[in-house]
Amino acid sequence: MSHTDATRAVEAVWRIESARLVAALTRMVGDVGLAEEFAQDALVTALEKWPDEGVPDNPGAWLTTVAKRRMLDRWRRDERFQKRMADLGRDIAERDGQAEFAAVLEEDYGDDLLKLMFVCCHPVLSTEARVALTLRLLGGLTTEEVARAFLVSESTVAQRVVRAKRTLADRQVPFEVPVGEDRDARLASVLEVVYLVFNEGYAATSGGDWIRPELCDEAMRLGRVLAALLPREREVHGLVALMELHASRFRARVGPDGEPVPLAEQDRTRWDRRLVTRGFRALRHALPSDPSEPRGPYALQAAIAAKHAQAAKAEDTDWAGIAGLYLALALATRSPVVELNRAVAVSMADGPGPALDIVDSLRDAGVLDGYHLLPAVRGDLLLRLDRPDEAREEFERAAGLTLNERERDHLRVRAGSCGA
Amino acid sequence: MRYMMSIMSDPQAEADTEMTPEIFEAMAAYNEALVKAGVLLAGDGLAPSTEATRVTFSNGRSTVTDGPFAEAKEFIAGYWIIQVSSPEEAVEWAKRCPHPSEGDTGEMSLVLRRIMGTDDFGDEMPEELKEREREMRAHNEHEA
Repeated sequence: MSHTDATRAVEAVWRIESARLVAALTRMVGDVGLAEEFAQDALVTALEKWPDEGVPDNPGAWLTTVAKRRMLDRWRRDERFQKRMADLGRDIAERDGQAEFAAVLEEDYGDDLLKLMFVCCHPVLSTEARVALTLRLLGGLTTEEVARAFLVSESTVAQRVVRAKRTLADRQVPFEVPVGEDRDARLASVLEVVYLVFNEGYAATSGGDWIRPELCDEAMRLGRVLAALLPREREVHGLVALMELHASRFRARVGPDGEPVPLAEQDRTRWDRRLVTRGFRALRHALPSDPSEPRGPYALQAAIAAKHAQAAKAEDTDWAGIAGLYLALALATRSPVVELNRAVAVSMADGPGPALDIVDSLRDAGVLDGYHLLPAVRGDLLLRLDRPDEAREEFERAAGLTLNERERDHLRVRAGSCGA
Repeated sequence: MRYMMSIMSDPQAEADTEMTPEIFEAMAAYNEALVKAGVLLAGDGLAPSTEATRVTFSNGRSTVTDGPFAEAKEFIAGYWIIQVSSPEEAVEWAKRCPHPSEGDTGEMSLVLRRIMGTDDFGDEMPEELKEREREMRAHNEHEA
C-alpha cells in the first residue's frame, strides 16, 4: 500500500474512530490531555505500521489495543501515573493488566462521547479554545485542517489546544454529563460551539464571501451526533433543523462571480430538497407537542427558515407568520438584531409604515449604534415610503459603518439611485 | 461530500440469500452506527427485482418490461446516502457493513458513487478569493 494511500486511510479511520477512543481513554485516565496523548501514540503507530501491514480488519479495535498498551507502559514506569490511576480507583494488576483495561474500556461508550463534548465546550474555556478542542477531539480534524478553517496558523491552533487542556486540568473539570441547574447553560454552550463552526463555514466572517461546505458539514454532523445522544433535547433538534435548512440553500446562495445572492432573488430550484426535508423532520422534533409550551430560540429560527423553504417562490412567503415567529424570538432572546429582522418581516407583511415604527424605536434606544444594517433597513423603508432624500442619507450612513467592501459598494449604489 | 453506497445483488444472490434474524440485527446495528456517527442522510432497502419495472427508450419510443431481469448481471438492492470528509472515509464505512464471514461462499458487493456537489458545477473558488484568504490568514497571524 502506498504511503499516501495509507496516510489517507489512517486519517479516514481517525475521523471515524478517534472521538470514541479519546472519550473512552478520558474516562479511564480522568484527563483529556493524557487521553489524547495515548490516542495520538496509537495514531503515530498506525501511520508507521499500516503502509506495510495494510489497514487492519478492525481498525478501531487496533487503535484501542495500541492505546491500551501505551497506557500500561506508562503505568509500569511512571509513579505519578500509577498514583493517578489508584486515586481514580483504577484497580490494575500487572499480570491482569490487559484484561483489566479491556473490561473498563469496552463499557458502553455512548455516555463517554457526550461527556467529552460537554468537557470540550466547557464555559471556562475561551470560545476559540472550545472550537479548536471540539473540532480536534470530537471531529478528529487535524491541527492543519482546523487552522485552514479559521484562517490562522497551525501553531496558533496547537497552542489553543494545549492551553485548553491545561485549563481543564488546572480547574479539574470533571468528566461528566451536567445535570440539574447547570445542564441548560452547559448544553447551550455546546450548541453555541457547533453553531459557531457552522456559521464560520457559511457566512462572510472571513471577509471573503465564501462558503466552506466542509465546516458546515462537520457542524451538521456534530449536531446529528448530539441529536442521537440527546433525543429528548428539543433545542438540539432545533439547531440541526436550522443548520440543515440554511445549508439547503448553498447552491443558490452564490452567484457565478462569487457574489452573494439575496434570499429574495435565489433560484429556489437549486435548493437541496433532501436537506429541506431533513430540516422539516428535525423541526418537528424541536417543537413542543404542547403548543402552549415555549419554543426555544433555535427552534424558532429554524421555524423561520422553514417558512422560507415552504415558499416555492419568494412572492409566496408567509411574512405574517415569519413576523410572528420573530416576535416570539425577540421575546425569548431580547436581541435588538432579532427585533430589526422582525421589522423587515413586518414591512413585508404589513407595509413599511409599521416597520418604520419598530426601527425608529430601536434607533432611539441606541442599542444598535454602529450596526450598519439599522440605517440600511431604515433607508429601504423610507424609500418605500417615498422619502428618497432621507433614504439616501441612511444608505450613506450605512455605507460608512460597514467594513465589508462589497457591502459598502452595494450601499453606495443604493444611495446613488435614490431620489429625483 | 456525499456518497451513495449501494448494495449490489444479482438474480442468483437474490434467489439464494436468506434474510435471517442475525442478518437483520447486524444491519440494524450498522444503520444505528451510521446514525450515531451523524453520517447517515438517507437509506432504503429496495423491493426484490421481481417487482421491478424497466422502461427502455429506443428510437423515440418506450418499452415497459417487468422484472425479474434474467440477463441483468447485477443491480441495486438497497442504498445509503452518507456524508463523509473524504473518499477514503466512504470506503471505511463500506468496509464496516455486515458481510458474509470467512468460510461463507457467498459474495457481497457495495458500490460507492460520489454525489455531485457544489464543486462540480463550476462553482470553484475564484483565485481572487483564494488570495484574500491568504491575506486574512497572514493578518490573523499578526493579530495573534
